[in-house]
Amino acid sequence: MNEQAVSFTVNGEAHRHFAEPRKTLADFLREDCALTGTHLGCEHGVCGACTVIVDGVAVRSCLMFAVQAEGTEITTVEGLATDGTLSPVQEAFREEHGLQCGFCTPGFVVSVHAFLEQNPSPTRQEIVEALSGNLCRCTGYQGIIRAVERAAKTMSSA
Amino acid sequence: MRLPSRPVKPAPFEYHAPESIADALAVLAEHGDEAKPLAGGQSLVPMLALRLTRFGHLVDLNRVPELSGVERKNGMLVVGAMTRQAAVERSEAAAAVPLLGLATPLIGHFQIRNRGTVGGSIAHADPAAELPAVALALDAQLEIASPSGTRLESASDFFVGTWTTSVGDEELLVGVHFPVWSDRSGFAVDEVARRLGDFALVGVTCGVELDESGNIGRAAIALLGMASTPVRASAAEAALVGANPSAADLTEIAQLAVANLDPPEDIHASSAYRHSVGAHVVARALATAMEDATK
Ligand SMILES: Cc1cc2nc3c(=O)[nH]c(=O)nc-3n(C[C@@H](O)[C@H](O)[C@H](O)COP(=O)(O)OP(=O)(O)OC[C@H]3O[C@@H](n4cnc5c(N)ncnc54)[C@H](O)[C@@H]3O)c2cc1C
Ligand code: FES
Ligand code: FES
Repeated sequence: MNEQAVSFTVNGEAHRHFAEPRKTLADFLREDCALTGTHLGCEHGVCGACTVIVDGVAVRSCLMFAVQAEGTEITTVEGLATDGTLSPVQEAFREEHGLQCGFCTPGFVVSVHAFLEQNPSPTRQEIVEALSGNLCRCTGYQGIIRAVERAAKTMSSA
Repeated sequence: MRLPSRPVKPAPFEYHAPESIADALAVLAEHGDEAKPLAGGQSLVPMLALRLTRFGHLVDLNRVPELSGVERKNGMLVVGAMTRQAAVERSEAAAAVPLLGLATPLIGHFQIRNRGTVGGSIAHADPAAELPAVALALDAQLEIASPSGTRLESASDFFVGTWTTSVGDEELLVGVHFPVWSDRSGFAVDEVARRLGDFALVGVTCGVELDESGNIGRAAIALLGMASTPVRASAAEAALVGANPSAADLTEIAQLAVANLDPPEDIHASSAYRHSVGAHVVARALATAMEDATK
C-alpha cells in the first residue's frame, strides 16, 4: 500500500489524511474526512450523486483521485447551509418537493449551487439542460425544476 | 474520525504529477506501455473503475500549465491539449472556429466539461465523440511530442480505430491546430442521442464556405457514430463544391455521405437505423450550415 499524504480544505476546514493514489476523492471525503453527505451511485460518472465543488467548479468526485485534489478548496453539501440555516437552494428543494428518498439530493443541490452561480436567471430550458447530469429515480424531476426556478428567484431578489 | 474503508475499485497504480511536458515525457519513456497519461479523467477513470483497463503508472497532466490555453497562430487556432472543454465554451478566441462552440456543449454535462479536456477527448478517440469529428472535418493538425521532438499529424492519419490513435506509448498529444475559415462560412453540428448529454447514436459536423460568386467553394463533412472512427464524407463534399447553395439537392448529397458506410449495430440502434438517421442529420446540418453561410 503506497499511501500518500493528501491535504486540502473542505468547507473551510483543513484536512490532511493518507490515501492510496487509486482512492477516489468521493471515497476520501466519505471515509477519511467523514463527510458522508456526498453520495455514490454509479461510481463511473453517469449519475451525478457524487458532485462536489473543487476550486469553484462542480465536478464528479468519483472521477477524480484524492491525490489530484492536493491543495484545492472543496465545498460539499455539508458546506452549503450557514449556521444551521438552509441555503436558498436547499430551502427551495424542501418547499417544492424536489426530493423523495433523498439519495440523489446532495448531487442535485451542489450542482444547482454551481449552476446558479454561473447563470443566476436561467430559462426553463437552461435549467433542464443543467439538470441533465444528475439522475433521480423518485421525483420525476418536475419538483426539482420548480425548486431551481424558485431558488433563482429568491436569490436574485435577495 | 475516520470511517472504515470500502474496497477501492481501480487496480493499484503509481501516481506521477509532472509539472512540465519534458518531465511528463520522461516518465512515459521510463515506463513504456505500463504508463498512461491522465487528462480530465472523464473517460479514463470510468474505464479504470470498471477494470476495463489497468496501468502500473498514471501520469497526471493536470499540473502542466504549458498544456492549457487557446491562441491564434499562423491562421490557425491552437488549443492546448489540457484546455478544459468548459474553457473552450467560454473562450472568445475559440469563437474563430465556430464548430468548437457548436460541438462542445453536446459533450456530456456541464460537470463533465468542467474537467474533460479537448486533448483528452481527441486522444481517447471514441467513435461517437464530437471533437474528433470536428478535428477531422476541419483537417486539424495534431501536435504530438516525443522525447525526440515534436511532429504534426493530420487528423486523417491520427484516428486509427475505436479508442486507438497514432499517438505512441512514449508520446503526448500537446495541442490541436484548427484551421480558421473565412467569414463567408457557415457551420453546423447535428446529432441524435437517447437523452441530453448521452453519447450520440449518430451525428455530423460540417462546414461550407462560399466563394466570391456566392457558390460553394469548400465543404467539409465528418460523421460520428457511423464507423470505428469519425469519417469524412468526401463524395458528398465534392458534390457540393461549385454548387449554388440554394440549388444543391441536399437529400441526394446526404445519401452520398452515407452510401459506403456500414454503421455499427448495438443495443441502442441497429445498423439500418444509424444509416437512415445518418442521412437525415447530414441533410439537416447542411441546410443549417448553408443558411449560416449566406446570412
Ligand atoms: C457521463 C459522461 C458523458 C459523456 N458524454 C460524452 C459525449 O456525449 N461526447 C463525448 O465526446 N464525450 C463524452 N464523455 C467523455 C468526455 O467527457 C471525456 O472528457 C473525454 O472522452 C476524455 O477527455 P478527458 O480529458 O476526460 O481524458 P481522460 O479520460 O483523462 O483520458 C482519455 C484517454 O486519452 C488519453 N490522453 C488524454 N490526454 C492525452 C494526451 N495529452 N496525450 C496522449 N494521450 C492522452 C488518456 O491516456 C486516456 O486513454 C462523457 C463522459 C461521461 C462521464
Ligand atoms: S457516483 Fe459519481 S457520477 Fe455516479
Ligand atoms: S429523491 Fe430518490 S433518487 Fe432522487
